[in-house]
Amino acid sequence: MPGAIHAEGLVKTFGDVRALDGVDLDVPEGTVLGLLGPNGAGKTTTVRCLTTLLRPDSGKAVVAGVDVLKHPDAVRRSIGLSGQFAAVDEYLTGRENLQMVGQLYQMRAKAAKQRAAELLEQFNLADAADRPAKTYSGGMRRRLDLAAALVVSPPVMFMDEPTTGLDPRNRQQLWEVIKQLVSGGTTLLLTTQYLEEADHLAHDIAVVDHGRVIAQGTSDQLKAQTGGERVEVVVHEREHIADAAALLDRYSLRGLDNGDVTVEEHTRRLTVPVTGGAKLLAEIIRELDTRGIEIDDIGLRRPTLDDVFLSLTGHVAETADPSEANGKEAVK
Amino acid sequence: MSAVSEAVRVAPPGNPVSRSFRDSMVVAKRNLIRMSRIPEMIIYGLIQPIMFVVLFTYVFGGSMQIGGSASPVDYTNFLMAGIFAQTVTFATASSGAGIADDMHKGLIDRFRSLPMARGAVLTGRTLADLVQTAVTLVVLAVVALLVGWRVGSNGDTNAGKVLAAFGLLLLLGYAFTWIGALIGMSVRTPEAATSSGLIWLFPVTFISNAFVDPGHMTPWLRHIAEWNPFSATAQACRVFFANPGRSTSHAWPMEHPVWASLIYSILIIAVFRTLAVRKYRSAST
Repeated sequence: MPGAIHAEGLVKTFGDVRALDGVDLDVPEGTVLGLLGPNGAGKTTTVRCLTTLLRPDSGKAVVAGVDVLKHPDAVRRSIGLSGQFAAVDEYLTGRENLQMVGQLYQMRAKAAKQRAAELLEQFNLADAADRPAKTYSGGMRRRLDLAAALVVSPPVMFMDEPTTGLDPRNRQQLWEVIKQLVSGGTTLLLTTQYLEEADHLAHDIAVVDHGRVIAQGTSDQLKAQTGGERVEVVVHEREHIADAAALLDRYSLRGLDNGDVTVEEHTRRLTVPVTGGAKLLAEIIRELDTRGIEIDDIGLRRPTLDDVFLSLTGHVAETADPSEANGKEAVK
Repeated sequence: MSAVSEAVRVAPPGNPVSRSFRDSMVVAKRNLIRMSRIPEMIIYGLIQPIMFVVLFTYVFGGSMQIGGSASPVDYTNFLMAGIFAQTVTFATASSGAGIADDMHKGLIDRFRSLPMARGAVLTGRTLADLVQTAVTLVVLAVVALLVGWRVGSNGDTNAGKVLAAFGLLLLLGYAFTWIGALIGMSVRTPEAATSSGLIWLFPVTFISNAFVDPGHMTPWLRHIAEWNPFSATAQACRVFFANPGRSTSHAWPMEHPVWASLIYSILIIAVFRTLAVRKYRSAST
């Protein structure tokens, strides 16, 4: 059975740019999919295609059981969209914004009014309800934008980078709101540039690059693929590099992809994938000390989005990039 | 959160015409609330036409000959229909800027994701602009009276005709806001909408009978002026106001200015509404 959000082979080109190059997605009902990728990867374009804002050149999309291309208006009745720019009218008060959106969802004026009051209460905006949204802080505006997307309690929600540009405290607050929402059974597709955010909120993560989904899985699966923690050491003397490499090799995770010690000669930096965290780091420091290897810097690094991303795109380039394969054949 | 357990209280799609009307009214109300919170926009919108009235009346008034008379009073009486018409067309810029601003801020995306009538966002905006245009016209008419403009100075008129003239002016202004809507949907920033909404209005309003008698223009320019939709409305207003300086040209719009004005305005609305709404349907920021 296809999920609450289902896309097959979505393609969208803008001039020469293939923004979407065959996106396939499936989000089972009541789950959260995090769409992860750098700027320009096609995250927003995917959301725009699924929310009827943009017509894909080809492909198929079904949202809440309705064909997006055939019955866009019916889809609009079942979705809520919260964008990255907090699309509220800044000269209208919070209450007026929500009432307007309610009426445009075809609610009766009275019902829209009542619903606006409920949402303002829920989103902790009751005190600011009758002030123009212009006077709201960034976090309040995002909450108002999210509330606007929830006016009809749609079964399917789309959030395009909901916390981009928010400070950590407001981000945390918004995460709590989103978690509550999801615990009520809403299906959510969320785009983000932050691995941490996807980690926190999503059941499944799809990594997008160049308009394609290049990996999909739980956050643990993706992290394991990237190689977990690493220890980075910068030795003081060039002569000590070999000694340090031999030492670090004892802790390396051989057998895994990129499991070995890597050495950058000119910066005297050595990196090794490890498991064991801070305790292991302390041990390595002691060992380096006993051997008289002087160090300039040492640290424990966890995978960042960049790491996940680099490892994933690297993988794709090796096995599945048709242009590269053709290129190699031509050389032969 | 109880939001999720709430039943969806969305009415099934009703009659598309009544839905379109209802949605347009909701959007118009939103824009009117906005305008009331940014009064400086209305005030700036008034300064320009008032300045034109004063400058043209006192700077040009003494040197202009209208219908053989060099009296400044006759020029003022001639001028006002032109200034009124020019003022209503300047609403193009504010409607364009407003819509471009909505695009820019992502509000158009929000509206487009809602199950509302496709033309309602733009219709609501143009209706709100129409209200603003009406307010501007009332203030301007008072200023005109203060500098000496009077209706019926050169023939017969009555309250009905004066109202009909203002009706034609509002219709012309409404038509031009649809041009603004298309501009707003087509440019990237509100600033671009303001300037591209204004630049072409100067030739359109000056190559006309608004400020001078086109009879003295080079023939090719005179033809443009006489067939200019804008001139038809100005001529129609002069007829209804019984103000001096009506064109005696045999060009059809000058001989039948009321019909010409109506036809032009309705045609502009039909064409530009279609184009603007089409643009809205496929809009991408």
